Amino acid sequence: MHPVLKLVAQRLALGLLLLLAASVLIFIGTQILPGDVAQSILGQSATPQSLANLREELGLNEPAITRYFNWLGGILHGDLGRALTNGQDIATAMGKRLGNTLFLASCAAVIAVPMAILLGLIAVRYQGRWPDRVISTITLATVSVPEFLLGYIAVYFLSVQLQWFPSLATVYDGMTLGEKLYAVSMPVLVLVLVVLGHMMRMTRAAILNVMQSAYVETAELKGLRKFTIIARHAFPNAIAPVVNVVMINLAYLVVGVVVVEVVFVYPGMGQYLVDHVAKRDVPVVQACGLVFAAVYIGLNLVADLVSILANPRLRHPK
Amino acid sequence: MKDDLAKLIDRIDAARLSRRGFMGGAAAVGALATLRTPAYAAGEPKKGGTLKIGVGGGETTDALDPGLSDSPAPFSVGRQWGDTIVNVTPTGEIEMRLAETMSANEDGTVWTFNIRQGVKFHDGSDMTVDDVVATFKRHSDENSKSGALGIMKGIADIKAEGNAVVMTLSDGNADLPYLLSDYHLIVQPKGGVDNPNAGIGTGPYKVVSADPGVRYAFEKNADDWDTTRGHYDAVEILVINDATARTSALQSGQVHMINRIDPKVAKLLGRSPNVQVKNVSGRGHYVFIMHCDTAPFDNNDLRLALKYAINRVEMVDKILDGYGGVGNDTPINAAYPLFDETVPQRAYDVEKAKEHYAASGHDGSPIELLVADTAFPGAVDAAALFQQSAEAAGIPLVIKRLPDDGYWSDVWNVKPFCASYWGGRPVQDQMWSTAYLSTADWNDTKFKREDVDALILQARSETDLAVRKELYGKIYKIVNEEGGVICPMFNDFIDAHSDTVMGWIDNPNYEMSGGFASSLTWFA
Repeated sequence: MHPVLKLVAQRLALGLLLLLAASVLIFIGTQILPGDVAQSILGQSATPQSLANLREELGLNEPAITRYFNWLGGILHGDLGRALTNGQDIATAMGKRLGNTLFLASCAAVIAVPMAILLGLIAVRYQGRWPDRVISTITLATVSVPEFLLGYIAVYFLSVQLQWFPSLATVYDGMTLGEKLYAVSMPVLVLVLVVLGHMMRMTRAAILNVMQSAYVETAELKGLRKFTIIARHAFPNAIAPVVNVVMINLAYLVVGVVVVEVVFVYPGMGQYLVDHVAKRDVPVVQACGLVFAAVYIGLNLVADLVSILANPRLRHPK
Repeated sequence: MKDDLAKLIDRIDAARLSRRGFMGGAAAVGALATLRTPAYAAGEPKKGGTLKIGVGGGETTDALDPGLSDSPAPFSVGRQWGDTIVNVTPTGEIEMRLAETMSANEDGTVWTFNIRQGVKFHDGSDMTVDDVVATFKRHSDENSKSGALGIMKGIADIKAEGNAVVMTLSDGNADLPYLLSDYHLIVQPKGGVDNPNAGIGTGPYKVVSADPGVRYAFEKNADDWDTTRGHYDAVEILVINDATARTSALQSGQVHMINRIDPKVAKLLGRSPNVQVKNVSGRGHYVFIMHCDTAPFDNNDLRLALKYAINRVEMVDKILDGYGGVGNDTPINAAYPLFDETVPQRAYDVEKAKEHYAASGHDGSPIELLVADTAFPGAVDAAALFQQSAEAAGIPLVIKRLPDDGYWSDVWNVKPFCASYWGGRPVQDQMWSTAYLSTADWNDTKFKREDVDALILQARSETDLAVRKELYGKIYKIVNEEGGVICPMFNDFIDAHSDTVMGWIDNPNYEMSGGFASSLTWFA
C-alpha cells in the first residue's frame, strides 16, 4: 500500500475514534449539567404534577448507560431523535441551521481566506515598509476588538445611519440567493474582519521564515522578481502552517460565531445550541455537540493531510 | 411635548380614549388648540401592508401549542392565530370574544357562556361549542403540561348545553371570566388534543410558516369573524433577543414595532426620529422574596427591618429609569381593580430598620441574598443598591451572584432569600391565589396563614364589590405588614413602534398592546 494512502487511512480511523470519545464526553457533560430537563422546560410555571408527567414522558427515569447506548444506536442509524421541548425532528431542524451556518461560514471564508493570503504576501513583499505596517496595524486592530463591538459599530454606521445594509440577517426558506447574500452582508463583513488578522499574520510569519532559506537566496541571485520568489518558491513551502491556521479559522467560523449570530439575529447553529442548553434539551445538545466535534475533527484532519501532502519527502518516499 | 400630543391624537384616532382621559391628557400637554382637523381624527383604518414585529423573548425550543406558551414570542404568535372566549380590555372590563354572552348563578359556582355561531377555523371547519369544551378539558387535564392548568383547577365540571358551555366550580369564583381570558386558553379545533401544535384557530391571521426562535409568517384570515380587526395583509414576527439588535432594527426601519425596550435606552430611543416609545404601567413587579418558614426570615422583625432598609424611590429611578412605580411589599398596585389606596406607602427609614433589626435579635451574621441577571432586568444592580441602603441601617447583606442557568429550578422557590419577578395577573384573586395561598405551588415566600387563606377564598366568591374591596384591603395590610415579599417596584411595559403605525392602544394587561397590536393598528 502506498504510504500516503496508509497515512490517510490511519488518520481517518483516528478521527473516528476521537469522535466516539467526544460522544462519550458530550453525553457525560449533558448528564452532569445542574438542574433537570423537565424543570427547565416548564420553567417558572412548573408544578410538581406537571413535572412528574413530563419526566415520565421523556423517559428520564431510565439509567444513564441505557440512554447512552440508545442514543448512539440511533445516531448510527441516522436518527438523531426528537427535541424534547417542541417535538421537532432534530435532524431536520438542525440540518436547516447547519445549512445556514455553513452558508455564512463559506461566504466569510471565500472572502477572508484569499484576502488574508494575498495581504500576507503583500506584507512580506514590502516587509518593514508602509504597506506592511498599514496591513498589520489594521488587521491587528480588527482582531483585537471584540466581535460584538465590531458588530454594533457596523450596525450603527452601515444600518442605522447610512441604511446601506440590513442589521437583521434573518434568512428563511423562499429567499433568493441574492436576497440571502444581501441579508448576510453585515455578519460576513464582521467575520471577515475577525478572522483576517490571524490568518494574514500567520501567512506573513510562515513565509518570512522560509525567506531565510538558502534556495530563496539562490532565486534572488538568479534575478527573479521579489513577488515571484514569494509566490512561486517561498509560499508553497510555507503552506503547512498556513493551512493549519486557515482550518482553525474555518472551524471557528462554523462552531464559534454565536455572538455574531446574536448581534445580527442570524438563525445559525450557535443560537440553536445555546437555546437548547438553557432548556436542557439534551438530545439536541448532544447532536449539536457531535456535529461541532465532527467539524473540528474533520477540518483538522484536512489540515493534517494537506501538510503531509505538501511535504515532498512524504509524497515521494524512497 | 409634541410627542405627547401625537400620542393623544393617536388614541383619538383609535376612538378609544375617553373624553375625560383626553381632556386631562391634553391639558397636561397644554396644547388643545393645535389639534389636527376632525377629518383626520376620524381615522378610518387603512387596509394592507406587511407588518413586521421584532420580538425579544423567543427560543428555538418554542412550540405552537398555546398551552406551553411561556414567553413573549409564543404569546405574540398565539395572539395572531387564536382567540380566547373572552378578553380583558385595557380598562379592566370583560370583552366578549368567542363567547357572545355570559351569566353566572348567585354564588358564582355555575357559569354559562353562550358560544358565538358562524365562526370558522382557519381550516374551514366550523367552531362549535364542542371545540370550546374540548379546549378547556385539555388544559384542565391533570396530565396536562398547560400553563393554564393552575387556573383551571377549581373547575369541577365542563359540559356543553346547546350552544353554551356550562362550568361548575368547586368554590364560587366571581372572577372566572378573567381567568378564562388567559392567553393559553386559545380555542382550537377539537381542543387541539390530536395536534396541539397545528396553529389552527379563529384569529385575525393564519400561520403561513413557523420557524421557532427565528421567524413566524402570517397572512390575513379572509374569513375572520371580527371584521373590525386585522388591517394588514400579512404579519411577520421576527425573534430578536438581543436588545441592541432589536432597537437598531426598529431605527433602521426593518421592523415596525418592538417589545421590551431597556428602560436605560427608552428616553434616548424616544428622541430618535420616526419612532414612538409606548410605556404603560402594568401589574408586573420585581421582588426580593424571603421564606417565612426559614431562619432567620421566620422572624417578622427581621422581615420588617429588611423592608424598611430598601430605598424604593431610588430603585425606580436607577433600575427602571423612572419607567415604573414604587411597590409597597405586596403584589398589588393601583393597576388592579378593587385596589385599597388607604394602606400607607412604606418608605426607606433607617431608624425603623435599625429598631426592627435590634428587636429581631439577629446575631449580626451576614444575610445572603441570591441574585442572577435573569431574576429581572437590573437585578444585580438592584441587589447592590439594596446592600448599600441596608448597610446604612447596620444590616449586613451579602450578595451571591449566580448564573442565569438553572436559577428558576435551583434557586427561586427553593432558597430562602433571592431576587425574582412576577408578571402580574388580571385580577387580585388570581395573584393572591397563585402565590399567597398556603396550598399554592408558587407560594414563593412560604407565607402560610389560615386567616389569609380564608380571606382569599371569601373574597373570591363575594359578589358585593364593596365587601370584596374591603376583604382585599385586609389581605393587602397583612401581607404588607407580615409577608415575606419585599416589593420595591412595579415595572412598565415599554414597547416602541415606528411613526407609520397608527391606532396603537396602551394596554396594562401585557406588552405589545396586550398582544393585540397587529389586530388594532394599521399603516398610515
